Amino acid sequence: MTAQLLFLYFAAMILGGAVVAVASPSLIHSALALLVTFIHVAGIYVLLNAEFIAAVQIIIYAGAILVLYLFVLMLFNPKQERFYLHRQLPVGIFLGAVLLGLMFLAAFKTKIIAQTGTFTVDSVRAAGHTQAIGKVLYTDFIFPFEIASFILLVAMFGAILLAGRRGAPKKKPERSETAGNGKAAHVEALSSRETMKEDASLAVQARRIVNEEQKAL
Amino acid sequence: MVPLEWYLLLAFALFVIGVTGVLIRRNIIMVLLSIELILNSANITFVAYSYYLQSIRGQVVVFFVLTMAAAEVALGLALVIALYRVRAVLNVDEMNLMRW
Repeated sequence: MTAQLLFLYFAAMILGGAVVAVASPSLIHSALALLVTFIHVAGIYVLLNAEFIAAVQIIIYAGAILVLYLFVLMLFNPKQERFYLHRQLPVGIFLGAVLLGLMFLAAFKTKIIAQTGTFTVDSVRAAGHTQAIGKVLYTDFIFPFEIASFILLVAMFGAILLAGRRGAPKKKPERSETAGNGKAAHVEALSSRETMKEDASLAVQARRIVNEEQKAL
Repeated sequence: MVPLEWYLLLAFALFVIGVTGVLIRRNIIMVLLSIELILNSANITFVAYSYYLQSIRGQVVVFFVLTMAAAEVALGLALVIALYRVRAVLNVDEMNLMRW
């Protein structure tokens, strides 16, 4: 009974947070509603006796991915999103409603024919959840584990290459031979936000030129 | 005792909300945010089945899905930043040319 009440609370908060995240015109409010969703998904994992996955969910999703989104939103500082009536708005909502209705009709009529494994709740609880995952991860899933670490390395390279700083490199300050002449001229590297604004203004000028050419045609 | 179908319905509702978000949002960062909802729904499905079929392999897959989600977010946002340098727009409707 408590399990069902807890599940209903978690489910309500998850779906509520998801709806706010998807429908809010303010981008920061969307990201924070997503944070609510992530934490309650971790609660669902605890209800399903998967506490290691719950901890990893909070650390990675709430602690890394969401922080990354908030940093990017801080860099861009966007205005509120205007929900105008574009072509896909009614299509999206209609498809969503149809899919949801179909699933609700079909959910309770199916039978699950699958092989049950050996990791019963009691055995996992006895051995410790992290140990249970580790036993399988490092024996059956060792190859995907190594591939996952390689993918993370590639993601790091890609992120640094794509979004790296593009300012002028620092010149070394001129060394004066006489002591006491202290003024050194050095060029400071532009911060990434200033390079983005520079590039953006150049892009706007290029776009204006292209538009004028198109009008002249 | 919470029946398995409740977890599956929750995961599917989350999936549908995520897909609707991908379709109706016009800011590209919000589209990437909705993709995270879809990944979370898949994770809930995996963990629910791992509980009800008494198999730990579902949770190992969740481990990898979490890793892939983190890598995807990092690269996706780096691409958004690189794209913003070329065209100063974040609106998906205006990203319609392969040049510029």
